[in-house]
Amino acid sequence: MGLTITYFAWVRERMGTAEEKVDVPVGVTDVGALVAWLTARDARGALAFAEPQRIRVAIDGVMLGLGAPLAGAREVALFPPVTGG
Amino acid sequence: MIRVLVQPDVLDVAAEFDLHDAGGPGASASFIGRVRGEGGLVELFLEHHPVLTGAGLVDLAHAASDRWGLAAVTLIHRVGAMAPGETIVLVLASSSHRGEALAATEYLIDRLKTDVMLWKRETFADGRTQWVEPREGDDGRAERWG
Repeated sequence: MGLTITYFAWVRERMGTAEEKVDVPVGVTDVGALVAWLTARDARGALAFAEPQRIRVAIDGVMLGLGAPLAGAREVALFPPVTGG
Repeated sequence: MIRVLVQPDVLDVAAEFDLHDAGGPGASASFIGRVRGEGGLVELFLEHHPVLTGAGLVDLAHAASDRWGLAAVTLIHRVGAMAPGETIVLVLASSSHRGEALAATEYLIDRLKTDVMLWKRETFADGRTQWVEPREGDDGRAERWG
């Protein structure tokens, strides 16, 4: 399954990129598993997702939780808690 | 009238007040957020999502307008680099009476802190940079609106 992942703020800095396209491995069916896979993939992922409880998620523009399923998703955004205003 | 902007340009508060008040409702409340220059801060950078940030602000403006029956809402957030003292966010809400306008203004700025995709990065005079963490209490203030 091809998927676009976008990163923001310090997640973007630690990943070293704002966006990438990935082939999601079989068995990675929700955002939590995706984050675990990115964490195990390389040192950048390990740094960016060292504290998964601080990661927020939007799938195709909708804010969701780490348990959200990936089925049908085109773009997953991963980012820290927001600090607007 | 609902007016929502996400912009890198300097925010002209007086001009926005004039635009907002064109309809002449009875009560108008405002919130102006400025960049604090504490601790040797030289720059505040606002990162946003090119699509979701604007959409989130529009949703918020409509939610407030519906909830309090507002005559007008203006919601403007700057993005990009700004200096201490500059205006970062402007919230204006107007209604027939003050209660609705004041409540809607507070709701909008509380929700902005937790619901809209914006991130702040501080740069200090010694070259240090850090991403701003959510303040304790931001979630609580946002959640009390239900």
